Amino acid sequence: MKHFRGDLHIHTCLSPCAELEMSPLRIVKESLAKGLDFIAICDHNSAENAGAAVRAGAMLGIHVLPGLEINSIEEIHTLAIFDSEKQALSMQDIVYTHLHGTNRPDIFGEQVVVNEINEVEYFNERMLIASTQLGVDSIVREVHRLGGIAIASHVDRPSYSIISQLGFIPHDLELDAVELSCMTNKESFAGGSGMLKELPIIKSSDAHSPDDIGRCCTSFFIKVPCIDEIRMALGGKFGRRMVN
Amino acid sequence: MKVRDIQAEFSLEVAAGSSGLDREIAGGDCGDLLSDVMANSRAGDLWLTIQSHQNIMAVAVLKDLAAIILVNGHRPDDITVAKAEQEGIPILLSPTSSYQLAGGLFRAGIMQKEE
Repeated sequence: MKHFRGDLHIHTCLSPCAELEMSPLRIVKESLAKGLDFIAICDHNSAENAGAAVRAGAMLGIHVLPGLEINSIEEIHTLAIFDSEKQALSMQDIVYTHLHGTNRPDIFGEQVVVNEINEVEYFNERMLIASTQLGVDSIVREVHRLGGIAIASHVDRPSYSIISQLGFIPHDLELDAVELSCMTNKESFAGGSGMLKELPIIKSSDAHSPDDIGRCCTSFFIKVPCIDEIRMALGGKFGRRMVN
Repeated sequence: MKVRDIQAEFSLEVAAGSSGLDREIAGGDCGDLLSDVMANSRAGDLWLTIQSHQNIMAVAVLKDLAAIILVNGHRPDDITVAKAEQEGIPILLSPTSSYQLAGGLFRAGIMQKEE
């Protein structure tokens, strides 16, 4: 097995709350500079910059997994991460069907779609920051149906986390992992860890600015950074494992 | 009735946005899901919530709310305070629950106006 350092939660300038410098190309360059081996792009309720990041990564030599950070009707954030842009865009179709409203850039920020050579393509007009009408259970189900992994975002945070919104993790919710933010670790989250049950715990940066990228990450011992291998590492199966 | 009158009447701590204390109050809304408040609150409302992160300010600006009251002893994040100052929308703090405070506000004459 090889050691791959992965940051599975990075926002681009498509997320209204992220810095405009967070173009796919800039993120790829910054990730290489930080010594990361692979990353996942997870913008709020959209994957419209994920393909550009995948292509920028292919040009410069870092593997990029396309994803989304989906906001459920309970205002719970869940990472949906896939192997292919096609899968991510299929998930995006489901999200867009259940997402209403028009962005107000003056209030929430610009949502810029940028290609792999740093050219602005267009501005996304949906209110990406809003919650979808999808329950967290159906989000997890759809992510799995499309072949991706579903990770509960920043469960240690006081907002938009499954623990802040529900107070617990439903036992029948088939999450692949939970994510802790850079602000805590497994040990200091012990108070809340009773709720984490047997779920694998990853750490990722939730980067909204270039400096944030790789601030924390997870080490995977796998053959290649693809969803099947990551899934095995999360489960500690077939010799794959992860450490954070 | 103005935000200032309610702040004094209920001894609410002003955490931020004091430049908006003279805003007239139209009604009120209680809710901790931002999507619900975005759908149901109206301009000039007082909003009672436990949420303290910066997105509450975005909702308050979007819906032109009169003030936000954080209940149950919750306190705003620093960035939320900064945004409230910038927008001039007061954030008031109450140690009591939404239920209790909303009851008091009704007794004080703040009714939700009918459509």
